[in-house]
Amino acid sequence: MNKIIRVLVPSGVLGLGFDPKALADAVALKPDVICIDGGSTDSGPNSLGTSTSKYSRAVCLREWRQLMRARAQLDVPLIIGSAGTCGTDDMVDWMFDITREIAAGEERQGNRPLKVARLYTEQDNTIVACAFAQQRIKPLEPQLPLDADTIDSCEHIVALAGAEQIQAALATGADIIIAGRTTDTAVVSALPLMRRCHAGAAWHAAKIAECGALCSTHPTSGVIIVDIDQSGFTIYPTAAGARCTPQSVSAHMLYENTDPFILYEPGGHLDVRHTHYEAQGDAQVRVTGSQWVPTSPYTLKLEGARLVGYQTILLALLRHPHYVTHAKAWVNRLTGFLKREISVSLELPEDRYEIEFRLIGVDATLGKLETRSAEGVETGVLVIVTASSQAEADEIGKLINPFLLHYPLTDEEPLPTFAFPYSPAQTSRGPLFGFCLNHVLQLDDPMSAVRLEVTTL
Amino acid sequence: MKVIDVVSSVRSKNAGPFWVTIDIFCGSVPAFNRIVAGLTTRQVGDALGQPEAAVKRFDIASLHVVKFSVHRPVVQGHPADRDLHGAQWAVLIEELVLPDQQ
Repeated sequence: MNKIIRVLVPSGVLGLGFDPKALADAVALKPDVICIDGGSTDSGPNSLGTSTSKYSRAVCLREWRQLMRARAQLDVPLIIGSAGTCGTDDMVDWMFDITREIAAGEERQGNRPLKVARLYTEQDNTIVACAFAQQRIKPLEPQLPLDADTIDSCEHIVALAGAEQIQAALATGADIIIAGRTTDTAVVSALPLMRRCHAGAAWHAAKIAECGALCSTHPTSGVIIVDIDQSGFTIYPTAAGARCTPQSVSAHMLYENTDPFILYEPGGHLDVRHTHYEAQGDAQVRVTGSQWVPTSPYTLKLEGARLVGYQTILLALLRHPHYVTHAKAWVNRLTGFLKREISVSLELPEDRYEIEFRLIGVDATLGKLETRSAEGVETGVLVIVTASSQAEADEIGKLINPFLLHYPLTDEEPLPTFAFPYSPAQTSRGPLFGFCLNHVLQLDDPMSAVRLEVTTL
Repeated sequence: MKVIDVVSSVRSKNAGPFWVTIDIFCGSVPAFNRIVAGLTTRQVGDALGQPEAAVKRFDIASLHVVKFSVHRPVVQGHPADRDLHGAQWAVLIEELVLPDQQ
């Protein structure tokens, strides 16, 4: 029997939106599971450092309600991975809170209770330090230096769960699974693998579908369907006019992946070197030949963010042609002057803070790598102050403020006054976080690093 | 002639916080052959401020794609990071000059 598991992925991430008509059309195809990603590291370390969602709660709630209704209509599992962007325990609870709020406002179908499984994947620093001491933490490329102090200094550490942990949540019979940090693909591959679909096909389908309709000709429509069986998978979008082509599907394997043929996951890797892509009808692509290669020991990738300082920023605008032409020379002169002022007035040595000037309109985006130069109408001056406390960063910002407004290029010219776009010109940015782990955690039991809690609403 | 005059598009993007990956979508066999023959790994390394040996290169004939992956010079979100998503680096590759065809 060639059993097909049909997976509905409504969007690349909860909070980004999807075409409601395309979702309704996908629901009419009676998928076996609805899967969506809730986050990634894509926006930087702030989400993990602060344990907050980068997306609006109201937007997530509105979209999650639509997905919960689709789930109720189909009576199939609904899975979200990497809840609340970073997938910390707080964010699993945040998503659970949203789920509870929606459930309380919905009419129950036949009074059937709603079973919600929470999969927590945040790691205790002490336990990670212990694993490090036991040499169960291994570096990935590029290797970051790691020691017990670095682990101890992390605000949050999460492990990226794989298919095994999601399957354990599915095995509880949960209607909704809210998972902490997971790999993008694990939420999609878990059920097809559990139902004994072709492993290479399940993982490859998951990689192609994880960004929703990004693998189609209409990326913003969101909704994608994958049918996974014992020999391969078929993928297609449901939005009007959208198509998957062998090109759009195969090209997605390149996306956010350093190697176009290999994808590492907990428990093994996907190899698509011998994969065959074939158009099927007008809008579908059939994919066969992908291989899953199991590896041991079993590992989960870790992500950690720690506090690295506090920032205050300032913005000024140069419009006068004399200063636009000589912006770099002006910054050099101003920097030297400010360092002396900070040393004298604030009594701060140079190694206690950093001041960086980025000239918007010159090379703010690429810095030393910039190859072009052309004089613009105006130049933005973004000043970034990084210090070891917010009070210090703010003091430095306030010291810089009047000179950023008035500092002359030479002593022999009238005092200039530049444009400040708002008052005050300096803004406290708060704590700054940095990623400090690029490692995997070796485990004998895949479930030993995660916690599962089941609640009936 | 520049890379962008020959190919359909160039995309760069973080592949996690520690890598940037650049995909050159050539769009045709002649464009793919032109890039494979004319764009050196060293040129790409120089444009990105990386030694040639640090640049991973994949010439993917079936997709008409040439892909490069490099370590980020600073980890994503580091105070010196100027482009959190690494997406503007594509421009550096688009503007590389190809040698004249024989």
